[in-house]
Amino acid sequence: MTALTDPMGFLLFTKGPLFNIAIAIFALGLLARLAEILLLGRRPNFAEPRAGEWLPGLRTVVTRTLPDPGTFKRAPFNVVTGLIWHIGFLVALLLFIPHIELIKGLFGVSWPGLPNPFVDLVTAVTLVALAATLVHRLNHPVKKRLSTVEDYLVWTVTFLVVLTGYLAYNRLINPYPLALGLHILSAELFLIILPFTKLTHIFTAFIARWYNGASFGRRGVQS
Amino acid sequence: MTAKKHSVGEHLRDQGVSRRAFLKFCTASASLMALPPGLIPAMAAALEQARRPSVIWLSFQECTGCTESLTRSHAPTVEDLILEMISLDYHHTLQAAAGEAAEAAREQAMKDNFGNYLLIVDGSLPGPDANPGYSTIAGVSNYAMLMEAVEGAAAVIAVGTCAAFGGLPEAAPNPTGAVAVMDLIKDKPLVNVSGCPPVPMVISGVLAHYLAFGRLPELDEYHRPLAFFGQSIHDRCYRRPFYDKGLFAETFDDEGARAGWCLYRLGCKGPSTYNACATMRWNAGTSWPIEAGHPCLGCSEPRFWDAGSFYAPLSVPTDLSSTQVLTAGAAGALVGGTVATLARRTVETAAASRQPVTADELEQTL
Amino acid sequence: MPALSSIPVRVQTMPCGTTDCGNAVPILHEVRHALERLIATGEGTQIDLNAIPFGPEDEAHLLAVLGVGEVRATIDALGPTHVQETAIPGVWLIDYRITEDQRLALHLDIGDIPEILRTQRQDLDTALTTLDARLTSAQDRAPFEY
Repeated sequence: MTALTDPMGFLLFTKGPLFNIAIAIFALGLLARLAEILLLGRRPNFAEPRAGEWLPGLRTVVTRTLPDPGTFKRAPFNVVTGLIWHIGFLVALLLFIPHIELIKGLFGVSWPGLPNPFVDLVTAVTLVALAATLVHRLNHPVKKRLSTVEDYLVWTVTFLVVLTGYLAYNRLINPYPLALGLHILSAELFLIILPFTKLTHIFTAFIARWYNGASFGRRGVQS
Repeated sequence: MTAKKHSVGEHLRDQGVSRRAFLKFCTASASLMALPPGLIPAMAAALEQARRPSVIWLSFQECTGCTESLTRSHAPTVEDLILEMISLDYHHTLQAAAGEAAEAAREQAMKDNFGNYLLIVDGSLPGPDANPGYSTIAGVSNYAMLMEAVEGAAAVIAVGTCAAFGGLPEAAPNPTGAVAVMDLIKDKPLVNVSGCPPVPMVISGVLAHYLAFGRLPELDEYHRPLAFFGQSIHDRCYRRPFYDKGLFAETFDDEGARAGWCLYRLGCKGPSTYNACATMRWNAGTSWPIEAGHPCLGCSEPRFWDAGSFYAPLSVPTDLSSTQVLTAGAAGALVGGTVATLARRTVETAAASRQPVTADELEQTL
Repeated sequence: MPALSSIPVRVQTMPCGTTDCGNAVPILHEVRHALERLIATGEGTQIDLNAIPFGPEDEAHLLAVLGVGEVRATIDALGPTHVQETAIPGVWLIDYRITEDQRLALHLDIGDIPEILRTQRQDLDTALTTLDARLTSAQDRAPFEY
């Protein structure tokens, strides 16, 4: 009874060897990317700084995260849907109790979670918002032209992670070990492609925002 | 032991069982098989006419916990009746005969009832490629005995997780090369009654079903009867409302544990475990592990011994190695650092070897 | 089992009354549907309470709502079976027990009278012979013995 074809064997494979492989590829890839970015740094600026770097940098991290009125007026759909599903994804990822247990098991840190039905609702909204982004991308002539295979790959894997999680929690796939195994498998795919696709923005977006603000601040420009 | 002389109904009436008692017995059997009460009259009619089958029970690499479970089940009267309805012709723990007499009884029963007897197996057995010496009965290897006995069996019931899935003997590193019964038997109707041990009423429920309907019950993909294994512990758990509200015990002695909240964070495998404990309970229906405050171990599922810690939540990977993650991260940092250094060196080399160019020279290259 | 109940652990259940009481309320609604069916068509219903995932206090809550009615009977076959009419006419509680007073099954029977209380046709087969045998043995004895 060690066959991969049976649901429990599949679950134990995704929870065991495959998880270790995925997390190793993720750690290796992400650290390689971050080390490269941070070590390369920027060309040294010999001009005398007009103001500090840290405060403007941190301010930009906040201001560029919040939607500004101009962008909202130009592309309200992007701002609203984007915010909804990003927040939903983070809530499901970080505040669902089984996920908190996983993080606690991995890193030993934990925090309080949210009641499951609330996370379930948030997940459903996230799924709808994600589906809407795809429809929008396919119907918008400019975005359709700009989209690459990577964009669709990233969307598919992200959607699969949320979808399988929703199906597993609501026990819509039977038996449950199969449902949970599929969810873990798609999360592992997400981890594996993360460092090598634009999913890396999860880690680099805030670095980039800080960089921008710091650079503006140094030159005394409002960021 | 005289098999098949009477129908079950006649046999029970000979034992002085009244019609109301028989109805009550059918009610109890239907209840334990999770059949709707509306089926009781049909079941009573079928049982009345059923023939008593011969049963041969083989015990291989096992701890006798399954037999203990069956013989100490909560309704001795009903169990007695079910045992009255079958003719248990060989069970080397329960029978009075020993040694050659016992083996002779088995061979006789197999010969007399060839093609019709029920074969019950508890325990796993060393597979055909393993050293047969790890487990023998009367000098015969388990494998040889099973293969001989299965020849004339009408159906096979694997009782307990060892027989159904390999269980403890099959757990890593599986020193005896143990395999499950269903790994060896492919051409006979087979039922797995898993659990370590199985809920006793499930064992007798499968027997009662076979008697009442003349065939084995409907099965899931692991050959387990759906009536008992069709729903997960989680789906039938009375603590489920706490899971849904996000109320969890975090240690075995906190407020949540005292208030009977959900045991997910303490490692409960209820969501991935299919068994009947939540409704049938244990020890005369007194309680069951989760009601007693202990998370479900998942004992009725394949490879439950190798599925990580009993006390780690279901979402936690089974063999976490933080050193592996740290090593991978360190290797990644090294790779990134090397790439960055190489890139910087390329830029520096290019800058160092840069030569001034005049507009004329540039024009010539165009 | 008195030892078990003396363990000072009190299990909390979902608050009753306001919104839900674990699984007792759905069963009460099932009983309501069965009663409607009984009134409309005369068809009875049996509900097996063992098949319901009850928490420790669900059963008490259910029985408290149903209450106690006029009829109470005990059948002595394979151990005692207690039949109790609830305060809701047509709703019967049947507690099947074995000699050691452990429960085999607990049914709600929605109908005129539970089947197990009726005289069984199969047992009637032996009624005349049994009575005849007793008449004969009674005639053999002196009248004053009665």
